[in-house]
Amino acid sequence: MIVRILTEGQYRVDSGLYDDLNALDNAIVEAVAAGDEERFRALLDELLETVRRHGIPVSPDEFVESDIILPPPDTTLEEAQHLFAGDGLLPG
Amino acid sequence: MGLISRMTTFVKVKLTHLLDRAEDPRETLDYAYERQLQLLQQVRRGIVDVTTSKRRLELQRAKLQESLDRLTEQARQALSLGREDLARLALERKAIAQQQIDDLDTQIRTLEQEQAKLEQAEMRLRAKVEAFRTRKEVIKAQYSAAEAQVRINEAVTGISEEMADVGLALERAEEKTHQLQARASAIDELLASGVLEDLTGTRQDSIERELARVSVSESVETELAALRRQLGQGDTPKQLPEGGSS
Repeated sequence: MIVRILTEGQYRVDSGLYDDLNALDNAIVEAVAAGDEERFRALLDELLETVRRHGIPVSPDEFVESDIILPPPDTTLEEAQHLFAGDGLLPG
Repeated sequence: MGLISRMTTFVKVKLTHLLDRAEDPRETLDYAYERQLQLLQQVRRGIVDVTTSKRRLELQRAKLQESLDRLTEQARQALSLGREDLARLALERKAIAQQQIDDLDTQIRTLEQEQAKLEQAEMRLRAKVEAFRTRKEVIKAQYSAAEAQVRINEAVTGISEEMADVGLALERAEEKTHQLQARASAIDELLASGVLEDLTGTRQDSIERELARVSVSESVETELAALRRQLGQGDTPKQLPEGGSS
């Protein structure tokens, strides 16, 4: 599957990784709900690092749609909360 | 619904808006290409903005560093003249200036990171746009073939996603730059008229004036004493006329 880390680019990763990412994602939801900045940061780092470690960067002359899109590495807890509130990171 | 699915949904919704713009696939391709070139321009302007802001902060830092050096010298001078109060004042102001410098260093580092991120995004987008330009002409030439439609969607979706991505990098960098510019303006104001004027402006002049006054009276005394020794006079000047008359 194709994973995009926003502001960083796309990676091609094994679909088997989806469960791992999903588990981390669930933990992130909890951290955001609890307003735990430190835990949120650690989990987001781990999530992105998992993709980087297991993925192969997609070449710039390839045009593929991403299956999942991950937030930018410097996403703040506040931005994540906005995302859950519905405003999203992308204005407009 | 997790963070990943929300993020994915948000970007895809943005993409749908982009893709719905034109119905003729050839128009879609041209429209997407135009948008890419515009975005590339925006990113380049963004890089210039960030770099300019960074230079401005570096300039402020240099100014503060100058006043830091001056305050150190003033403190040394004051102490050698036995004015511990003045020396203390100068050192206090030096500490405040040092804090401002540390703050500016952090801000400069943030802008450096933003600059690097934008440069990376620009490079990525530029490569994609170049590849898209080639692909676009091929697809348009092949348009009569039925399979072309699929390729058009793939290419346009891929490049649109990249545009949304680079656009986000640009927006965030611009937001951070504006925040830092606002803070930089605050320091500018402080330097010009507020608290930091203590460091570089009028109140420092008062230290300088006081030091100058002390130095002047000090040098007057020194010169007087030297003159007295030259003239072979006693310790008190009044003894001179008395000695001369006797």
